[in-house]
Amino acid sequence: MAKIKGDIVINTERCKGCEVCIAACPFTVIQMSKEVNSKGYHFAMKVNDECTGCTNCALVCPDGVITVYRAKVATE
Amino acid sequence: MGELRLMKGNEAVAEAAVRAGCDGYFGYPITPQSEVMEYLMAEKPFERTGMVVLQAESEVAAINMIYGGAGTGKMVMTSSSSPGISLMQEGISYLAGAELPALIVNIVRGGPGLGTIQPSQADYFQAVKGGGHGDYKMLVLAPASVQEMCDHVKLGFDKAFQYRTPVMILSDGAIGQMMEKVVLFDQIPRRTDAEVVAQCPWASNGRPKTRNHNIITSLDLDPAGQERVNLKLQAKYKMMEQNEVLYEEISCDDAEYLFVAFGLSARICQKAIDLARAKGIKVGLFRPITLFPFPATEVSNVGNRVKGILVVEMNAGQMIEDVKLSVGCKVKIEHFGRFGGIIPSPDEVVRALEQKIIGG
Amino acid sequence: MIMEDKFSKTDIQKPENIVYKRTDLLVDRPLSYCPGCGHGTAHRMLMEVIEEMDIMEKTIGVSPVGCSVLAYDFLNIDMLGAAHGRAPALATAIKRMWPDHFVFTYQGDGDLAAIGTGETIHACNRGENITIIFINNGIYGMTGGQMAPTTLPGMRSSTSPYGRDVPTMGHPLKITELVAQLPGVYYVTRQSVHTPSNVRKTKKAIRKAFELQKENKGLCFIEIVSNCNSGWKMTPVQSNKWMEENMFPFYQLGDIKLDGKLVERKETVEKE
Ligand SMILES: Cc1ncc(C[n+]2csc(CCOP(=O)(O)OP(=O)(O)O)c2C)c(N)n1
Ligand code: SF4
Ligand code: SF4
Ligand code: SF4
Ligand SMILES: [Mg+2]
Repeated sequence: MAKIKGDIVINTERCKGCEVCIAACPFTVIQMSKEVNSKGYHFAMKVNDECTGCTNCALVCPDGVITVYRAKVATE
Repeated sequence: MGELRLMKGNEAVAEAAVRAGCDGYFGYPITPQSEVMEYLMAEKPFERTGMVVLQAESEVAAINMIYGGAGTGKMVMTSSSSPGISLMQEGISYLAGAELPALIVNIVRGGPGLGTIQPSQADYFQAVKGGGHGDYKMLVLAPASVQEMCDHVKLGFDKAFQYRTPVMILSDGAIGQMMEKVVLFDQIPRRTDAEVVAQCPWASNGRPKTRNHNIITSLDLDPAGQERVNLKLQAKYKMMEQNEVLYEEISCDDAEYLFVAFGLSARICQKAIDLARAKGIKVGLFRPITLFPFPATEVSNVGNRVKGILVVEMNAGQMIEDVKLSVGCKVKIEHFGRFGGIIPSPDEVVRALEQKIIGG
Repeated sequence: MIMEDKFSKTDIQKPENIVYKRTDLLVDRPLSYCPGCGHGTAHRMLMEVIEEMDIMEKTIGVSPVGCSVLAYDFLNIDMLGAAHGRAPALATAIKRMWPDHFVFTYQGDGDLAAIGTGETIHACNRGENITIIFINNGIYGMTGGQMAPTTLPGMRSSTSPYGRDVPTMGHPLKITELVAQLPGVYYVTRQSVHTPSNVRKTKKAIRKAFELQKENKGLCFIEIVSNCNSGWKMTPVQSNKWMEENMFPFYQLGDIKLDGKLVERKETVEKE
């Protein structure tokens, strides 16, 4: 059986830690890091693999730092 | 070649713009220059050459339309008179800062404030010393006849594009309104869009895939960057000073005294020369045609050969400062002016020469 | 340095699986806006439309004076930076002289509805075939959060520190409803970019405006009600919530004029 899986990559160096993406994700995939990037911002990061690739987070990210992937994957 | 016509100065400006291949005129009515737009609207250059003519909602809008058109590489102009030109100063400063070519015609009237609609030369400082904020200059042309009103439009556009700078024609209500014979130059075709793109690689008129995006701006928040912008502008003004000075000398060869005057005042001085010479006073005229760059060396050469200089202006004494700076202090230099819209008569100019220079 | 976490690498991250990425029509550099500011999203939607319509070579943009003064550094298309408030005058001349190009202005509320009111109204009234993108954040962001014509009654700003006092400071100006009255204006809508569905709607609106520009229908005016978390002195997330609760009741989202006809809608009133 195949299932649609999503994934995101966050350009953490360009992330400004605004947290707008967190509220946009239906599956709480994103949380803020404890560390900071070189600009001093806590950055967004993926905390589970529930992503469906809906693009919500990327759409609302003011700095456009999220890339979204989607693919059919085989399930056991 | 050329076509001979009897025209008002303002009409000559308008017709010359069409013939120079101007792409757009944007203006707002004000006496004594409304004939420029009136002539254009009646003449319909949009049908003759495709030139755009638009009545803006204010001089502020007009000068910013000029900025927009010029930023895309098009050949654009506006005209106005003193209060309107005051409103345009922010825009002119932006044009200078962003290095955009544009022609601005100022048919000066008496001020300050709403002043009068009669002719004046009281906007010399504003035109020549910058006018708006920041260290910038415009190339300033001072026509003294309807013929020059026509010719300076073409010259002004040429210099505007050569130096990427705003150029001002500083005239006055009398030259704008007077009718004279003028030989019009032949129609120069408007550039095609492709020619504009090729001629102005700096302009923002749509980014092809083959180049980076173009940006028209006068902003550089980095002080070092902004200083570089200023140095570049100053170098450009130096170039103009070296290469673009225009002036005329009349009866200077044997002159013992000298009038220095531009525009309408220079015409009056020409009459005054005849009156004075009939009385045995050997006086000549030095007429700056470019007010910036000012013919400093040239006026100094002539000025230092005479016994005294009378600077005649329809203002309270503005160009005299540049004459004094150029000529130095070995020669007596005095000012004679009428203002508020009064045109001095040749008689009073001769009297002033006798009283302030010869007798004084 | 990109921080690694245990979920960061998967097989799905292959170029052919990309469903969303930052458009190349945004210059590859960090935006100058505060974290969470809607300007960035508005920029991206605008550029996505230009990319999808493949009109980069025929598009000329005009940026304002305001926080988006540097928009030309981020939008990878030919741009002109206008003097404060004058963008519609520039755009008028540009469009008149390049009639087959797409011309837009991008302006803040101080720029468009205060110092530039004259240029805005007259460009609208002449029915210039341009698109105006109007970012209404109810404040002067760039200069440090002063009162704007759009500031709500009672809303605090650095020049209304006790809140906008309507009797002495005037009413907030719904310039969008005002320009919608003008016959030269063909399409007017008010959107936002703070949630995914709103972002999608905003993008559709921008696309529609550019399509209409192609048909020379007249001026299209898109207001985007946006946050200024710095000026409002809130976190980005708080500011978006505050915007929903306070800005939207007055600046009601939705289409205001469609196909040259006013849409019937309830008038929203100031609350004190
Ligand atoms: C002639 C002039 N007056 C004032 C300013 C200062 N100024 C710069 S931006 C701005 C307000 C911008 O506010 P808005 O248009 O709402 O844009 P925002 O920063 O909120 O996006 C002001 C008053 C200026 N640059 N030029
Ligand atoms: S793409 Fe959708 S599901 Fe995946 S992280 Fe973003 S918002 Fe969540
Ligand atoms: S919305 Fe973008 S900038 Fe803001 S926290 Fe999320 S990834 Fe970072
Ligand atoms: S000051 Fe306000 S409008 Fe300006 S970038 Fe910051 S949040 Fe955005
Ligand atoms: Mg604002």
